[in-house]
This record gives sequence, C-alpha cells and structure tokens, in this order.
Amino acid sequence: MTAPALQTTRQCPYAPPEEHTRIRDTDSGISQVTLPSGQIAWALSRLEHIRAMLTDPRFSSDRRDPNFPRFTREQPSFDIMRRSIIQMDPPEHGPARKAVVGEFTVRRMAGLRPRIQEIVDEHIDAMLAGPRPADLVQALSLPVPSLVICEQLGVPYHDHDFFQVRSSALLSRATTAEGRRQSVTELRDYLKDLIAKKAAEPTDDLLGRQLAQGNDPEDVLSLAFLLLIAGHETTANMISLGVVTLLERPEELAALREDPARTLPAIEELLRVYTIAEFANSRVAVEDVEIGGVTIRAGDPVLAMSNAANHDPLAFDDADEIKLDRGARNHVAFGFGIHQCLGQNLARMELQIVFDTLFRRIPSLRLATPADKLAYKDDVLIYGIHEVPVTWDDPA
Amino acid sequence: MTAIVADVGRCVGAGQCVLTDPDAFDQSEEDGTVIVLQDSPSDNEALKRAQVAVDICPSRALSLTQ
Ligand code: HEM
Ligand code: SF4
Repeated sequence: MTAPALQTTRQCPYAPPEEHTRIRDTDSGISQVTLPSGQIAWALSRLEHIRAMLTDPRFSSDRRDPNFPRFTREQPSFDIMRRSIIQMDPPEHGPARKAVVGEFTVRRMAGLRPRIQEIVDEHIDAMLAGPRPADLVQALSLPVPSLVICEQLGVPYHDHDFFQVRSSALLSRATTAEGRRQSVTELRDYLKDLIAKKAAEPTDDLLGRQLAQGNDPEDVLSLAFLLLIAGHETTANMISLGVVTLLERPEELAALREDPARTLPAIEELLRVYTIAEFANSRVAVEDVEIGGVTIRAGDPVLAMSNAANHDPLAFDDADEIKLDRGARNHVAFGFGIHQCLGQNLARMELQIVFDTLFRRIPSLRLATPADKLAYKDDVLIYGIHEVPVTWDDPA
Repeated sequence: MTAIVADVGRCVGAGQCVLTDPDAFDQSEEDGTVIVLQDSPSDNEALKRAQVAVDICPSRALSLTQ
C-alpha cells in the first residue's frame, strides 16, 4: 500500500499546505500519508475529527510507542528520562498533571504579570539602546519566554544561553539523531544537578515546591525538561509572527493601540491562523476506532493536521481570513482533551504584555525587511520566523 | 432552570472556562481544577457564555442541565 509523502511547506505563512486542505475538503476529510519516518499515518484534518480523537481514550500519547507518528527516521531521544505528562495516558496522566497545574491557573498567571512586564520593558530598553535595524527574534521573542520560565522554575538566568542553543537544536528537523541525543543528555544532566541542589537546599520556586510536595526527583526532572522545552520556541515564534502580522495591518494595529481589550481576541486569532505546533496533536491508536466513516486500527499512527483543522470552513466562518476580533477559542492551536496546553494562560499573558508594550512604547516600529522576504521556518516542527529585522524613528 | 455542572474528576485545569466567564468560574489554588461560582446563568448573556465554556472545555468536564 502506498500513500503520498507528507508535505509541510505552507502555501503562505498562514495557509496550510495545499495537500492538507485538499484532504480536509474530500468527503471523508481523512486520508493516508507517508511520514518522513517511512510510517504510513492516517491524516485527520477537520476540527470535529481532531477534537473527537483528542477526547477519545482509545488514542495514546505515548511517544515511545514505535507506531507513534514520527518526523525523523530514528526513534525519539527522550527515553533517557521517565515519561513526562505529555507522553502519559490515563490513569497516569491525571494525577501527574494535577500535581503541577495549580502553578498555571489564570489567577496564578495574573500574579506573574508585574514581573513579566518588567522583563519585557528591560528587553525593549536594551533594543532601543542598540543599533538599528534590530532583530526582534533575538531582542525580544526568544529571551522573554525563556527568562520567564527560567525564573518560574528556579533556573539561574545566566544558564539561559545554554538552554536556548540546545532547545533549538532539538526542534530542528535538520539536527541529526546524534546531535539531538547530545542536546537532551546535556539538558538532562544540568537539570538533574539543579534538582539535587534544590532537594538539599529547598527553594521557593516551581521545582522547589514540586520536591516539597514529595514528588520523586526523577519525575520532577522530566517535568522540568518538558516545561523548559514546551514553552520557549512556541511562545517566541508566536511573538515574532504576531508582531509581523500586526505591523502589516496598520489600521487594525491602531485600533488595538486605542483599546487594549482587543489584544486578547487578536492573540486567539493569531494562534488559530498560524497553528505553529501543527502536528503536536498527533496520536497512536491503541484500539480499533471509527472516525468519519474510516476504521483506524489498533497500532495505526494518526497525524493531526491541526492547521488545516483550524482553517476548517465547517468550524469557522471565512476560515481563511484573519479577523482579529473573532475571539474564537474553539481552535486546537493549544490542543484539546486532557493534554491541552498546560502553559496556555502563561503564553497568552506573555503575548499580551509584549504586544501592548511594544506598540505603545515604539509607535514608529516597522519591518526593515518586507514581510514576504522574511525567512519562515518551513523546516522545523514548530512554525515561526528565523529573523525579524525591525527599525524605528529617533525619539522626538 | 439551566444549571452548570462540573465534573472535577475530568477537569484538567486548562482554565478556558475562567477565561470565558470569570464571574461564573474559578480554579482551585491547589490543583487548578474548576470551581463553579455561579451555577445558574443569571441572564441570556451568561447562558451564552456558559454554552461557550461547555463547548471549549478540552476535557469535557462541563455540562448544562435543564
Ligand atoms: C504559544 C505558545 C504555545 C503553543 C502554541 C503551545 C501548544 C501546545 C500544544 C498543541 C499542546 C498539546 C500537545 C498534545 O496534545 O500532545 C501543548 C501541551 C503542553 N504545553 Fe504548550 N504551547 C505553548 C506554550 C506553552 C508554555 C508557555 C508552556 C509552559 C511554560 C507550555 C507547556 C505545555 C505542557 C506542559 C504541555 C503538556 C500538557 C499535558 O500533556 O497535559 N506550553 N502545548
Ligand atoms: S475549561 Fe474545563 S478543563 Fe479547563 S478548567 Fe474549566 S472545567 Fe477544567
């Protein structure tokens, strides 16, 4: 049996590859594709089907299952640690998630606001003091989420370059198996040391509190690793994509500046149209399941084409249009079901503070390279932009 | 009367309900699970927000009963 190779190059930054929308708009909305690993996977592309899969316990998140959809030929390299919540199924997943989710409630996040504001202001100050054009990615997009999560976990900031280099290597499709394994090992060793120090000398930070609750240091290690990786490049890429999109829409940006209440709905729409973690919702079937008239067999890999689903005309009116006031949160950019992004309210707040502060403080901010000449990340698992040169006028 | 029912056992603390209607929902400080502050929507707008919350709750922990 043959199936066409999965395409990953987008038609434009916010339009899924044509193959994905073609599958979505067939009668069943389901087809088979061959992944870069050589696996043949069922491809789901409608919002309804992806939501159904993500709330069905007959699909597993166990990324160590040899049939879990893979984007590289080799096996994943995270198996040198215990499973983290993103790889767990019920009944293991619930208690493990509940042990940490209290750290990420809407209210807890609001408490972090003043410190995040400070971090954003400091980075904008530094950018304004530096040469023009500046690269927004290095000046703001990458350091802000990294610093925020490092502080929350209790990782010293002077180690943040170390994290950045290794987490980008992990996410790049170009990294060799060897390189990936090395990055994982180095991060693991570093975190292991840090956690041992915190176990010996308790600290009042997320990792310290996990240990104080009596959680096994090996489980705290897997969690720390996951939290550092999951929220860094993702949030960074949304910052970069969001700034470019808003700069390209001066009228809507002006409306946003006038009324900060517009920012959160705009963020939701940006999350939907870009769906940067487009394949993160993939699963493997552990029992036979029928979805959309197709029988998926136990052991079949299932690829979620979440970007196509977030542009599904059956779920969204004028699905291909960016409507910054749409405010729909029924998208799957943060996933759906029990694994829905644990850090989503942190991500929303970081994006909100960055957009509000950046456009308020630098009204003349503009791209120094036209949007269509920017280097978009078609070659990595998390969509984004490599570099965003920006410039601004002298202060009056 | 329509009532909002939460199955705390299913809830995964994503907070989507709190974002939808902070007057009707909160999250436990301890494990992030949902706390229903107002279980009967006071007007049509509140009912609409409750319906949105039910639809977007990722763990299907919320429902409306008649
Ligand atoms: C805009 C930024 C972000 C996007 C687009 C995003 C996207 C996602 C998606 C799609 C999932 C579901 C994966 C699955 O179902 O297997 C997920 C899960 C997760 N995310 Fe995020 N994420 C973002 C930011 C963050 C941040 C800031 C953090 C933490 C600091 C974080 C931590 C997590 C964790 C721990 C999970 C696993 C939850 C579980 O398995 O129960 N994410 N994210
Ligand atoms: S939206 Fe659902 S899962 Fe999230 S906190 Fe509310 S009830 Fe719990």
